[in-house]
Amino acid sequence: MGKYYLNYLDELESEAIFILREVWAQFQNPVILFSGGKDSILITHLAKKAFYPSKIPFALMHVDTGHNFPETIKFRDDLVTELNARLIVGLVQESIDEGRVTEEKGKNATRNALQITTLLDAIEEHKIDCAIGGGRRDEEKARAKERFFSHRDDFGQWDPKNQRPELWNIFNGKYQEGEHFRAFPISNFTEMDVWNYIKRENIAIPSLYLAHQREVVWRSNSWIPNSEFLVLEKDEEILTKKIRFRTLGDITITGGIESEADTLEKIVQEVSSMRQTERGNRTDDKRSETAMEDRKKQGYF
Amino acid sequence: MEITNNQLLRFTTAGSVDDGKSTLIGRLLYDSKSIFEDQLEAIENTSKQKGHEGVDLALFTDGLRDEREQGITIDVAYRYFTTPKRKFIIADTPGHIQYTRNMVTGASTANAAIILVDARHGVIEQTKRHAFIASLLRIPHVIVCINKMDLVDFKEVVYNTILKQFEEFSSKLLITDIRFIPISALLGDNVVHRSEHMPWYQGGPLLHTLETMHISSDINKVDARFPVQTVLRPQREGFLDYRGYAGRMASGILRTGDEITVMPSGFTSVIKSIGGPSGEINEAFAPMSVAITLEDDIDISRGDMIVRSKNQPEGLQDIEVMLCWLHNDSAKPRAKYSIRHTSNEQKAMIKEVIYKIDINTLARKADDSQIDMNDICKVRIRTTKPLMVDSYRENRVTGSIILVDDGTHETVAAGMIV
Repeated sequence: MGKYYLNYLDELESEAIFILREVWAQFQNPVILFSGGKDSILITHLAKKAFYPSKIPFALMHVDTGHNFPETIKFRDDLVTELNARLIVGLVQESIDEGRVTEEKGKNATRNALQITTLLDAIEEHKIDCAIGGGRRDEEKARAKERFFSHRDDFGQWDPKNQRPELWNIFNGKYQEGEHFRAFPISNFTEMDVWNYIKRENIAIPSLYLAHQREVVWRSNSWIPNSEFLVLEKDEEILTKKIRFRTLGDITITGGIESEADTLEKIVQEVSSMRQTERGNRTDDKRSETAMEDRKKQGYF
Repeated sequence: MEITNNQLLRFTTAGSVDDGKSTLIGRLLYDSKSIFEDQLEAIENTSKQKGHEGVDLALFTDGLRDEREQGITIDVAYRYFTTPKRKFIIADTPGHIQYTRNMVTGASTANAAIILVDARHGVIEQTKRHAFIASLLRIPHVIVCINKMDLVDFKEVVYNTILKQFEEFSSKLLITDIRFIPISALLGDNVVHRSEHMPWYQGGPLLHTLETMHISSDINKVDARFPVQTVLRPQREGFLDYRGYAGRMASGILRTGDEITVMPSGFTSVIKSIGGPSGEINEAFAPMSVAITLEDDIDISRGDMIVRSKNQPEGLQDIEVMLCWLHNDSAKPRAKYSIRHTSNEQKAMIKEVIYKIDINTLARKADDSQIDMNDICKVRIRTTKPLMVDSYRENRVTGSIILVDDGTHETVAAGMIV
């Protein structure tokens, strides 16, 4: 008799594939929210497996803040070509130009919160009824409350007090006109699981995750990369350090860490000994105790 | 981290508001070194602001603004930790008045339930309710943690009395694996580390129990059930004739060459190939997600079920179900709902309430047909077309259903087929 149980990575993979297929079966026009970060890359990889030998049936949707790492955009375009997938881009710059959102000012200005409007506009414009995201419950305390199938009202809002109960493996994706869903197939992956899985499957990731010599400035307790959007304060100086990023967001707010991890093996090693959470270097989460919850209630993914 | 016993164990915690549920989870995470420094700093600060002495470990679990303000848990949250032996998923459920609904939500996928008992109070109504729901949901393993042992001077006699109380009443329940552990979540006795205060207790601490519990048999490996989620038709070079049935094994094992029957049509064929996540495989078992191809072209779509010809579920239109009502709006008599069973969806009507369970006394009430939130009752449901069902006792996946209100689209009830 063989071994009739799955190890935890296989079980997480199987669960995610099941959910991706449920999304495809229950919705008319679902897309993958693709940011070029490791979680959305992982989702895309799992979608490839879920529908093989068919091509991946979802369009990739990128909410582009305009403040990107150039490598992220190249990675995105290469992947779209490889998959022969459709790419939908929602531009935050357009939302600003149209006067639908107002850009923040000051040293810590970011376009992070502005994404919400652009995302909801794109969902409406393209009649998207389910946006698949790479959110994980271990990331943040508000995310820990997230369902696999997360209902959003016609303003795109999440109501943590009124979530649909989710029982067994039966997912209810019914919605009223104007409402939509977010789906989170890798909810049960932790950061460590993601890296172990990426390593096991040898999934290509942007080189930003690997340690390289980079120009950075020390700000808000982390190394913020030098870019055309960076406004240097008087007491700040640009240094060159061996840096890698644990998460990728806007180039203006993504803090890197000093690291020697320049291979997937070394990343797995490093992450397993980390004493700080992954989002500890995201200044957007440091704004208040409930920053993520507040953004999610407004429609953030 | 290399995980040696590399399985995934899902567990839920149950207990009333002050039984120390959040503290226990906080303690598990803290003592197993699963808490990051920045998280610890954040709760140290909050503890200070609130004027607590030391660190309030319960603060780890309450993430929402309202939860932190009110000091209660509003909704199920999921927590993760990994030890060198296993990966764990905790469904952290609220203990307050909405307990039934929340416990059902957290428990439906759990391998194990931890039921907390306050050593000072012993087995109370709430304990019985939790044990009953765990039994109803057929959670394979139940661990009764007798907490706050520090407040009863770690006395063995207290532990033994509670153990006896619990065993007496639980003999009527359908729980096959019950364990008892005396703990102090506050001080960390017998949670991750063995207690020095209770040398009379011979068993292992809670974490050890969770790490070594045998869970491979929790899934039914006998009855092959494959609900079809969607059909893959690639229409591309090399795969022009490919027709794959995508789904996840609900239970049992299917192999290439197996004779199968497609329900409800009754057509038969033979399994030609099985595509796993990383390529062709010879056998698929629960809970693997695969794509199956057959020797013959048969009309199969979402909602159908592939089973082994010699072992078929029953096709039923009149189904007896233990129903747990989840929604604020009460059940409307003879109203139609959508019923979801695996990937199949039909219309259904609650024809009859056979009895309702008084959750406080566990007595059956035959003359009460009103179904409100948190009610548990046995009902007869009539569906428009037959569903391919197993009893929940045999199969948690093909034995469960949900009801969806067609007007609001809300999930209003969860049901276990009797």
